[in-house]
Amino acid sequence: MTDDSAVPLVGRDLAIGYRQRLIIDGLDVTIRRGGVTTIIGPNGCGKSTLLRGLGRLLPTTRGSVVLNGTDIATMRSRDIARQLGILPQSPVAPEGLTVAELVSRGRHPHQSWVQQWSGEDEREIVSALALTGMRGLEDRPLDELSGGQRQRAWIAMTLAQETPILLLDEPTTFLDLAHAVDVLELVDRLNRELDRTVVMVLHDLNLAARYSDQIIVMHDGAIVTAGAPEDVITAELLLQVFGLSAKVIIDDDGGLLVAPTARRTHRQQPRARGSHI
Amino acid sequence: MVRPAPDRRHPPSKGVGSGFTTVRLGRFSLRWRSRTVLLVAILASVAVLLAAASLAQGTYPLSLDRVVATLSGEGTRIERYTIVDLRMPRTVTGIVVGFALGLSGALTQTVTRNPIASPDILGVSAGASLGAVAVITFGGPTAAVLGVPGAALGGALVTAGVIFLLSWKSGSDSLRLILTGIAVNALLVALTSWLLVSARLSRATEATVWLIGSLDRAEWATLLPVFVGVVVLSALALASSRVLRLLAFGGDTASALGVRVGPARSLLLLLSVGLAALGVAIAGPVGFVAFAAPQLALRLARTAVPPVLYSGLLGAVLVTGSDLVIRAFSPVALPVGIMTTAIGGPLLISLIVRANLRRTA
Repeated sequence: MTDDSAVPLVGRDLAIGYRQRLIIDGLDVTIRRGGVTTIIGPNGCGKSTLLRGLGRLLPTTRGSVVLNGTDIATMRSRDIARQLGILPQSPVAPEGLTVAELVSRGRHPHQSWVQQWSGEDEREIVSALALTGMRGLEDRPLDELSGGQRQRAWIAMTLAQETPILLLDEPTTFLDLAHAVDVLELVDRLNRELDRTVVMVLHDLNLAARYSDQIIVMHDGAIVTAGAPEDVITAELLLQVFGLSAKVIIDDDGGLLVAPTARRTHRQQPRARGSHI
Repeated sequence: MVRPAPDRRHPPSKGVGSGFTTVRLGRFSLRWRSRTVLLVAILASVAVLLAAASLAQGTYPLSLDRVVATLSGEGTRIERYTIVDLRMPRTVTGIVVGFALGLSGALTQTVTRNPIASPDILGVSAGASLGAVAVITFGGPTAAVLGVPGAALGGALVTAGVIFLLSWKSGSDSLRLILTGIAVNALLVALTSWLLVSARLSRATEATVWLIGSLDRAEWATLLPVFVGVVVLSALALASSRVLRLLAFGGDTASALGVRVGPARSLLLLLSVGLAALGVAIAGPVGFVAFAAPQLALRLARTAVPPVLYSGLLGAVLVTGSDLVIRAFSPVALPVGIMTTAIGGPLLISLIVRANLRRTA
């Protein structure tokens, strides 16, 4: 037990699934404090399921999730929401909601009927807006924002929740590479400057390698391996887990690059550009 | 102080508190949207004015100041009788029923995150109708014990129970609930029609008037228990408004922010069913109020989610106003439901058209 309280988030012998079909069965996982942990794996391997299970959005059929030394099954949902924030994949908001209203909702776990809007609420919301670069967009309706802005607004809501642990389910879905990098730079700042522990699910292996301290690789509902990106992401692992033949290259900055081996190395007949249209 | 010229494209934001008023006292703090509070005050005044006009309106004409005088205890015996015993039950019923239906609609629409989900569409009103029509057409000993309002209340609650049971699936998702409601609604409407066809003509006529929704049957004896019920359920609904606004985000975000989604959803739907059942029990299914009031409230208050108190007040204004217009201008005594449907029907169509336009744009 003393061992667990030093670790912010632990899953023990987890079984999670829908109805009769278990997606994860008997999984153990430990999240390190103060790091960025990324779960990767092929589609349908159970990485989102694991994240949602850790964030109590999915009930566990067996096993327990321990948050700062306490089993979350024994905690009130509101108390969990003060320690752990989770941003689901493509979350929905009522039509016409403004950025300010969205981010304000993040303060819910800290508010009550007699304490609806404290000075601290206001400070946290302003700082969350500032950190995510959303200052000046407060009164804009969410549905009028670009994909990248909208994602930053949702992250701002999760930040306003003021939790030491953040779980992000594919925070870069539907974003182009530049905006995806923007969001991950933000995640990096949250981790470095605000000392938040981050766990996220990512699809892009290069981005995962670049922005994580620890990588967890999942396959068929189980953890294959976990560790530092350069130790974990190898050509053999990519072939074994993803069925992907690729080279893993270390670039000049010491960053890791996954380059898929293209089936067609040469185009036989380059297509003429813009002719006959 | 010199203020910089406002930028028209991006008006300067007054910080996160813009459009809100915050009052702090030590650890306590309250916050409200200034526009909604102003609108609530305006709407409450309109409701009071309409109620006064409704009390003055009738075959024995009374001026507004006589109404005020009588209510403050200065009227003659005949004025007191006319206002307090004859007209007031009708006026108060209009307000109570309108408030209950408007609030009920706001709750279902928010919890299911669907603007068409209102008690009329989910079959609650149809259940009440079947109960009431059965008692009106067949009468018998049950009718004597329950009365029409009792049968309507029972029908609404039993129907709601059946719909919940049929659509229950790990926390009941809203599309399932709506589809089940529509199916049950169709079945109940068919049963009601069958009862009407097989009933004696005079009974069938009486039942038909009930089915449109009318304030003609209002009397203190049935109104008082309903009034108390509506006050209690409304208070509970208003107290849950902090949770309600999170349920509008759907299950995941609400859970993430610390709401126990399953119980919260069930409780709010239960409150909604209770309010609709009480309203329908005394006035019949007054059409489209539960659907239209929250949608109008949402547009007037310019909020993303129907404001709870405001939707109720708008419902009250809609029913009282419709009843007043019919009594003042219609040569025959039309039931109030005709007027509310005449307002609500076009509103529904315009909403669908606008949603289509937005999608194709």
